[in-house]
Amino acid sequence: MMLGFTSKQLVGVGIFLFMIFIGVPLIIGATGRWDFYFTLTSVALLAIASAGVWLTFYIGRINIGQGAFALIGAYVSAILVVKAGWSFWISLPAAGLFAAIVAILIGLPILRLRGVYFAMITLVLTQVVTLTALALPITNGAKGISNIPLPSSISVFGIPILPDFAAMENTKLAFYYTACIIMILTYAALYRLVNSRLGHLCRSMQQNEELASSIGVNISYIRVVIFAISSFFGGLGGAMFGSIAQSVYPSSFQVADSVNFMLNCFLGGLGFVFGPMLGTLVLYFGWDLLFEFGKYQMLIYSTVLIIIIRFLPNGLLSIRFGKGGDK
Amino acid sequence: MSPLLQVKNVTKKYGGLTANNDISFDVAENEILSVIGPNGAGKSTLFKMIASFTPTTSGEVIYQGERISNLKPHIVARKGVVRTFQETTIFKSMTVRESVVVAQHLRAKASLAGYFWGSKTAKEDVTAFGKYADELLEFLGMSEISNEQASNLPQGSLRALGIAIGLATDPKVLLLDEPFAGMNHDETMNMVNLVRSVRDERGVTVMLVEHDMPAVMNISDRIVVLNFGEKIAEGTPSEIQNNEKVIEAYLGSVDDEIGM
Repeated sequence: MMLGFTSKQLVGVGIFLFMIFIGVPLIIGATGRWDFYFTLTSVALLAIASAGVWLTFYIGRINIGQGAFALIGAYVSAILVVKAGWSFWISLPAAGLFAAIVAILIGLPILRLRGVYFAMITLVLTQVVTLTALALPITNGAKGISNIPLPSSISVFGIPILPDFAAMENTKLAFYYTACIIMILTYAALYRLVNSRLGHLCRSMQQNEELASSIGVNISYIRVVIFAISSFFGGLGGAMFGSIAQSVYPSSFQVADSVNFMLNCFLGGLGFVFGPMLGTLVLYFGWDLLFEFGKYQMLIYSTVLIIIIRFLPNGLLSIRFGKGGDK
Repeated sequence: MSPLLQVKNVTKKYGGLTANNDISFDVAENEILSVIGPNGAGKSTLFKMIASFTPTTSGEVIYQGERISNLKPHIVARKGVVRTFQETTIFKSMTVRESVVVAQHLRAKASLAGYFWGSKTAKEDVTAFGKYADELLEFLGMSEISNEQASNLPQGSLRALGIAIGLATDPKVLLLDEPFAGMNHDETMNMVNLVRSVRDERGVTVMLVEHDMPAVMNISDRIVVLNFGEKIAEGTPSEIQNNEKVIEAYLGSVDDEIGM
């Protein structure tokens, strides 16, 4: 037992970390598939945003609006870096925080809704943010913000902590590591949250809001807190994405992306903290692998999805861990 | 004894329908008080207003000198007035023990951030919650089913679980919504004993809404009778049984059945 993990879990985490930080770079180096860095970085960033969606599922709300917060995060970071000259590393948490503040303002009225009504409103959110980005002068309309400089170096008291990305030979690897580290921190935080009292209160709300409030749970407060954390993750993922692509457009995150974030959670398993991570990996790679089928790509992809959701309603992880569970 | 809880001129209107009209009564500390009345008499509405699940149209509910009506349910629960629900309102995919542990969150000393970082106080809380849950479940005779998933429980156990969840919050006043409904005679008598021991051993004041007359007459110290949203009588079980208005409005139609 260490940090509340069993030794089996620790071994699992160890293998996972080894694969991410040493295994993958070795394999990519050996096969020469350098493009996989970009794919895996995308998976890591999308998994961060999906973690947020998963969290709103955990209080019993279907969130199809994460694209909105990813887009907000991407724009906030881009504007801060390009127009205000901030360091990317400071703009990153700022983007998350801004997304969280927007989530609080929007969440206060809409989180009263349940079920399909909440889902529909969040679905519209992505479109609203896209249209706002088109209309506002600061976001530069349809032209978006391009030529965003790469993350600069960072040093504290003259000691360099992170190098300048622009001066690096292998930017792809640097972004890959950065994205993985943020993803791991996100999921570690999510795991702690779910297994702490806040998580238990969320579960009680997911199962019965009336009973939860009768045992003294301030359900409207917790709903807003959770939605803010969820959107923080969305903003973080979006901001990193903008930095890698070095550009942000109103179409960077669309309704389809919001739907994908939700699908990642379904596919991985709503009962498992690490479900959305696996779901993102499988969905993203699955789509890429089906590329060879040309015009049948979408047909096969959606058929497989329907079959999985039909026969594995608790997600892919339920094959390994059985129904439910909260690990 | 000064009243612990006072219902003062409470009225509830839904559009043109008056569910409760100008209802007043007091609840003394350590009392078991039943609210009875035919279907649609406004008993459940009254309960909802006491627990602040719905606002009053006029009038107020006073608990320990403070107004508790027209607040939010979780605030009233924090003050010590907690309601239970009928059996379908449970945490379906939690076990009995998990439900009782989560219901103790008002007793938490550590902050939510403390739990996140795993502070010492938080760890102490977790241990204390588990211990109290086991104690409470033993008190309620539910130790054997403590690891059962709530959705797999039979009706009688669900009621007991509802009471366990309510008790876990450390209430001063527990509002029980039809705790005996759908139970056979033996189950009812077990539940009557349980409710009584909740009052006797835990010092909890109990208010209940109920249809089961023999059980109500058996358990109650006092009874409030509602009919068509009006309070028509208040008194001890024997007073209520002999109250003409009550017999006329309510007991009169069923007296053969219950033999009174």
